[in-house]
Amino acid sequence: MAEGRVIGIDLGTTNSLVAYMEGDAPVVIPGVDGSNLVPSVVALDPMPEGSRPTVTVGNSARKALIETPERVIYSVKRLMGRGLEEIQTELKMFPFRLADDVEAGEVPRIQLGELRFTPPEISAYILRQLKRNAERFFGAPVTQAVITVPAYFNDAQRQATKDAGRMAGLDVLRLVNEPTAAALAYGLDRSKAGTIAVYDLGGGTFDISILKLRDGIFEVQSTNGDTHLGGDDIDNLLLTIALDEIYAEHGVDLRAHPSAVQALRKAAIEAKIRLSSEPTASFNIELPNGDRYQREIPRDVFELLIEPVLKRTAGPCKQALSDAGVTPEQIDEVVLVGGSSRIPAVRKLVDELFHLSARGKKPHIELNPDEVVALGAAVQADILAGSSTSTEEMLLLDVTPLSLGIEALGGTVARIIQRNSTIPASATEHFTTGVDGQTNVAIHVVQGERELAADCRSLARFDLKGIPPMSAGMPRIEVRFLIDADGILQVSAREQRSGLAAEIEVKPTYGLTDEQVESMILDSFDHAEDDFAKRLLIEARLEAESILDKVDGAHQTPAWAQLPGEEQAAIRAAQSHLASVKAGTDMAAIRNATLALDQATHHLAELMMDAAVSSALRGKTMDTAGDQLDEAVTAPHAMAPAEFK
Amino acid sequence: MLKVIDTAVPVACWSCSVAHNESTLFCPYCSKIQPPPGGDYFSVFGLEKRLNLDLAALEHEFHRLSRKVHPDHFARALDNERQWSLADTALLNDAYRTLKDPLHRTEYLLKIEGAEIGEEFSGKDRKDPSRVPADLLEEVFELNMQLEEMRMARKMGETDPELQAGLEQAKRKFVVLLEDVDQDLRKQWQVWDDGDAATRKKADKTMVALLDRRRYLSNLVRDVTETLGA
Repeated sequence: MAEGRVIGIDLGTTNSLVAYMEGDAPVVIPGVDGSNLVPSVVALDPMPEGSRPTVTVGNSARKALIETPERVIYSVKRLMGRGLEEIQTELKMFPFRLADDVEAGEVPRIQLGELRFTPPEISAYILRQLKRNAERFFGAPVTQAVITVPAYFNDAQRQATKDAGRMAGLDVLRLVNEPTAAALAYGLDRSKAGTIAVYDLGGGTFDISILKLRDGIFEVQSTNGDTHLGGDDIDNLLLTIALDEIYAEHGVDLRAHPSAVQALRKAAIEAKIRLSSEPTASFNIELPNGDRYQREIPRDVFELLIEPVLKRTAGPCKQALSDAGVTPEQIDEVVLVGGSSRIPAVRKLVDELFHLSARGKKPHIELNPDEVVALGAAVQADILAGSSTSTEEMLLLDVTPLSLGIEALGGTVARIIQRNSTIPASATEHFTTGVDGQTNVAIHVVQGERELAADCRSLARFDLKGIPPMSAGMPRIEVRFLIDADGILQVSAREQRSGLAAEIEVKPTYGLTDEQVESMILDSFDHAEDDFAKRLLIEARLEAESILDKVDGAHQTPAWAQLPGEEQAAIRAAQSHLASVKAGTDMAAIRNATLALDQATHHLAELMMDAAVSSALRGKTMDTAGDQLDEAVTAPHAMAPAEFK
Repeated sequence: MLKVIDTAVPVACWSCSVAHNESTLFCPYCSKIQPPPGGDYFSVFGLEKRLNLDLAALEHEFHRLSRKVHPDHFARALDNERQWSLADTALLNDAYRTLKDPLHRTEYLLKIEGAEIGEEFSGKDRKDPSRVPADLLEEVFELNMQLEEMRMARKMGETDPELQAGLEQAKRKFVVLLEDVDQDLRKQWQVWDDGDAATRKKADKTMVALLDRRRYLSNLVRDVTETLGA
């Protein structure tokens, strides 16, 4: 294939994945550490004076979260395409800081160590890592991709995702909605007709989509959701309660130490995950003052606690059913997607919402809920590449999640494209002037379901210019609004009496200009295909050196001493093998030796991680705790501390 | 996010230069995709203007055409083909969305026939007697009083079962009236489909009036439902 492969990418809040079609089955491409999931975490490496900034992505960045939290960012998807005010609200839940010099109207930047990045730039680093993983896997350059987005993402959030792709050196052929992608992944196996609901509760977003499936056509009937609802909310709930209790019972404000908070957060996530399979989970953590914070969380208490979060998914489900014009009984299949769909209480809620067990049905969970979206993205990538017979009969007809409107007189909204319209969709509107000789007309485009423009999401302001001077009401300007297959708005205009194409000046309410995106493209090196083999070799050597350095350093840690003798010997053998092949030109040999060393050191890495967590918690919190306590630790939560045993 | 799209319609195929009928998505000679054709939504599906449509056949044709023009099949095509696939598919989707819904279909047909769809009974102030369908004047007056009372009672935190029952009864009555309008509309579809030019002109007028009445009634029902549900 002359044009190369098209990869499918799930750019998630918590984890990201890249997949491709191998024959007629989609397959996830593992990273160099052998893991399918790349944590969506980006760390700015330490920058000695005068050095170029480099970043680490994924598992190694997650380790830095405990050691240097001020240089690490996660859950950046929650910040994509959002304005300053929205981000400020969002950041209350996270340890990141906005750059000091951010001005209203520009894309906010996040302070990371000594540098500042926009959310699309951070996402671009994750995408570049996935692109590299795929290139390493194929041994060939990859330039085209399909990226998934939450179905309920608005125009700005979609545009930000596309911008991130471009910065990462990817030609984004299509943005696909995550629940639809999941349906595609399942639809490969079952070519039957029916109505399916996809319930997708991920790390930071919730989507529900209702699809009609027939003859390989996946026709989305309706979609709904909440772009700020997911596992993150549950983690933050547990974290808040633990911080609260630690302060109330032990007089320690852990918030004074970001590292300690991150370590506690890690413990909260582990407790949450354990509660999906165990009846109880517990915190048992040594505090800076030598006390221990011990807390058992039985599953029923946990379920009571997260009930308000889960309940927020019910409204969108009911709305989606009503918009699709179907009752719960008319849903033939329900597909569960997203890591949070593993929570038993979520499954119970879904069962009730769609009357499943009452009808002798079970939701589909056969495909790994963490991987199914990426697998579906690979299917869509294959459809777009048009190169395989396994997907040639498949076609996805998706919808726009939000209505598009124009601000009318008095601040009300005139809807021009209704939500759940199949995309691409278009609408033509006519505008005229109100004053004699007027040559400009301003149009304000909004997205949302509310009656007043002020309550909807502002998309952009258009200035129609160069209208020939005429009496008021005479010009007839035809403006065409088109939502493309990515769910992104395009606008064109023409003055009909003069036949001139009116000039449009667009001020997107949130978003980067083309020039800004251009200037943020990560490195042109990625585009030089001639150097591709050389680049792979250089990268392989760099990776080899980096892991060798780390393992060398690890020999001095207490964790090394805890390893059994045979493990130490195995690591030493893998080290010397890698050191011997590193200088050669056999890229595959270097990769294999790197992977072998990485695998040999898994246990060691775990021991070191544990040590980092406990040392973070034992940090010198006591000295600084007093400064922080004027601000109450408490955040509202459902459960009084006394209810815990 | 935004760019100017050129929707000018050439008469000759851009690829093989053979002149073709404007209302076609693909050149009949070289099969290449064409810019959006200029005809109405019915012609997109090769249909005569009609109000009674076979919805199953319409859906089938929608799927068949989608498979041919959808941007998915042009992801790696020439720039202009990509743009036209996008514009053609938007047209196809707009046409299907309009035609599959009986009310949108009727409104659309009346619009392209040049009938003025008045806003006779719409507008915010439904209490203005000139905006109320004449035969409903008395009942609407009564209903508005009840709605006002109900809202007041709600505000005071009172419940008034008698008022509640009265409103529910009124709602049932207006729902029946709405169904009558729909039935009358369906009769007019048949008249229009079977009629000659003069009959159609007359049916246009009747349908415009029915649509106005329908809009009025459905707003009324919505208001009552909202007040009852509040």
